[in-house]
Amino acid sequence: MMSLEAKNVSKRFGSLMAVNNVSLAVPKGELHAIIGPNGAGKTTFFNMISGFFPPTAGTIWFDGRNITRVSAHRRVALGMARTFQITEIFPELTVFENVRISAEVAGGYRLRPWITATESAEIERRVTEVLKQTGLEAKADRLVGELAHGDQRAAEIAMALALQPHLLLLDEPTAGMGDQETYQITQLIRQLHRDRGFTIVLIEHDMRVVFHLAQRITVLDQGSLLAQGTPPEIAASEIVQGAYLGKTA
Amino acid sequence: MSGARQIRQLVALAAIWVALLLAPYWMVPLGGYTALGTRVLVLGLAAMSVNFLLGFTGVLSFGHAAYFGLGAYGAGLSLKFLAASTPLSLASGTLLGGIIGALLGAIIVRRRGVYFAMVTIAFGQVFYYIAFQWSSLTGGDDGLRGFTRQPLHLGLMDIDILSNANAFYYFVLLCFALAAAVMGYILRSPFGRTMIAIRENERRARFLGIPVERHIWVAFTMSCFFMGFAGALYALVNNFADPRGLHYSQSGDFVMMAVMGGMRSFWGPLLGAAVFVVIQDYISSVTVNWMSFVGMLFVAVVLLFPRGILGFVRRRAVA
Repeated sequence: MMSLEAKNVSKRFGSLMAVNNVSLAVPKGELHAIIGPNGAGKTTFFNMISGFFPPTAGTIWFDGRNITRVSAHRRVALGMARTFQITEIFPELTVFENVRISAEVAGGYRLRPWITATESAEIERRVTEVLKQTGLEAKADRLVGELAHGDQRAAEIAMALALQPHLLLLDEPTAGMGDQETYQITQLIRQLHRDRGFTIVLIEHDMRVVFHLAQRITVLDQGSLLAQGTPPEIAASEIVQGAYLGKTA
Repeated sequence: MSGARQIRQLVALAAIWVALLLAPYWMVPLGGYTALGTRVLVLGLAAMSVNFLLGFTGVLSFGHAAYFGLGAYGAGLSLKFLAASTPLSLASGTLLGGIIGALLGAIIVRRRGVYFAMVTIAFGQVFYYIAFQWSSLTGGDDGLRGFTRQPLHLGLMDIDILSNANAFYYFVLLCFALAAAVMGYILRSPFGRTMIAIRENERRARFLGIPVERHIWVAFTMSCFFMGFAGALYALVNNFADPRGLHYSQSGDFVMMAVMGGMRSFWGPLLGAAVFVVIQDYISSVTVNWMSFVGMLFVAVVLLFPRGILGFVRRRAVA
């Protein structure tokens, strides 16, 4: 069964066709990478999937349901969580507090002006579990804004995980990271996919990461779909070589 | 480390309550009078209600005096026309401010930033002009008169809050404590944390599954109920409701108290209100231009301690 499907999706900003008739189908449990040069429309495409803005044309399906007109927060409730290219966190709160907010939203408590001790203990247990998974346990009481960049990215992933999603959308999870941090995040993503069975769609610039992680790859160029396939197919594709890999490698 | 912080917080909290509980005894020797303390509590509660939105949700309302004034008129009209009951007048004022806030809030929260502030001013002014023009009901420019707060009947005994200034102070302090407790409780709840999430990063909040506009509306509505309650108390303080209590300059005063005291801290606005009221009381007996002194202090605080007086004190305590 398909987790995520985009059917002939386009987005026009004035005279710019940012995304032009792109289709994508991600089965449950797949780790799918979207690559392409700067300005290829990757983030625009992500923004349509996550409900940041609606597509100009086409439809988006999630778990077999048409979500094209569903608001962003409802998509989260349906089980979709995303991270951003530029880390979006609550900088003046601690790591624990950041993750607790998403755990409470996932628990359905977001409008509650009270919480019982039992519920609170259950939330804390879940937060601790997610922090352990993302290797942030020791930094739980630090302010997120004061953490190293790599840890901030990990905190953002932790917040997404605490939502208990079944689809994770990661927008350049290794952006601006050093080798060591990139390695750690890559390990984390791989573990989430292999051991926890998450369906993951990620945008990534680092080709080592993409070819290391992805089961299938979608290549965008100037808003259009250039190629789709397994990493060996993409690596062998002459069109892709010409448009993208050739230029950067 | 966090243990030491907790202890410090508890000590500070205890100090605040001891100071408030003993206010009638230390204010008078210092040259103050009890009614001054009562005003600080009421205006402090109003500033805290503004700060519930400004400091904890991150949206600036420049028209909150409207709900304060509605609370005052609600309480006054209730005493004058409904029944001579102090509790009923408080309930009427709170409900009037809160319900109108909820209705208008539904429209106001569609805008953000400067537009939000402008729309709040515009709606606030509507009520100012209604109170100003509708003389037969509100007394117009002269304000609503002809009501007085009533003694409290507590089964066996009556408490005279009208002529006994200390008794009235403690009654207001009890009301203040209840409102502050509810406010503090909400801020420590899951809903309160979504407010802070919206303040910190609206986009992140939305993509954590928080419907941002709806949550701002709920916070706005709660803040208007607190504001209405403060306004109702203010009518009891003065035995009078003034259309200027609805005016946007009054809203500006509340924002100033919140910012001056420290809008990231729960108690900051109370401190801001105390500074404001004391300056007003002392300097206005010397010069009618007392507001320029408040203005100068405000500018100094914003430039020198952007986190307000309490934020500054707290930073010093940590360092």
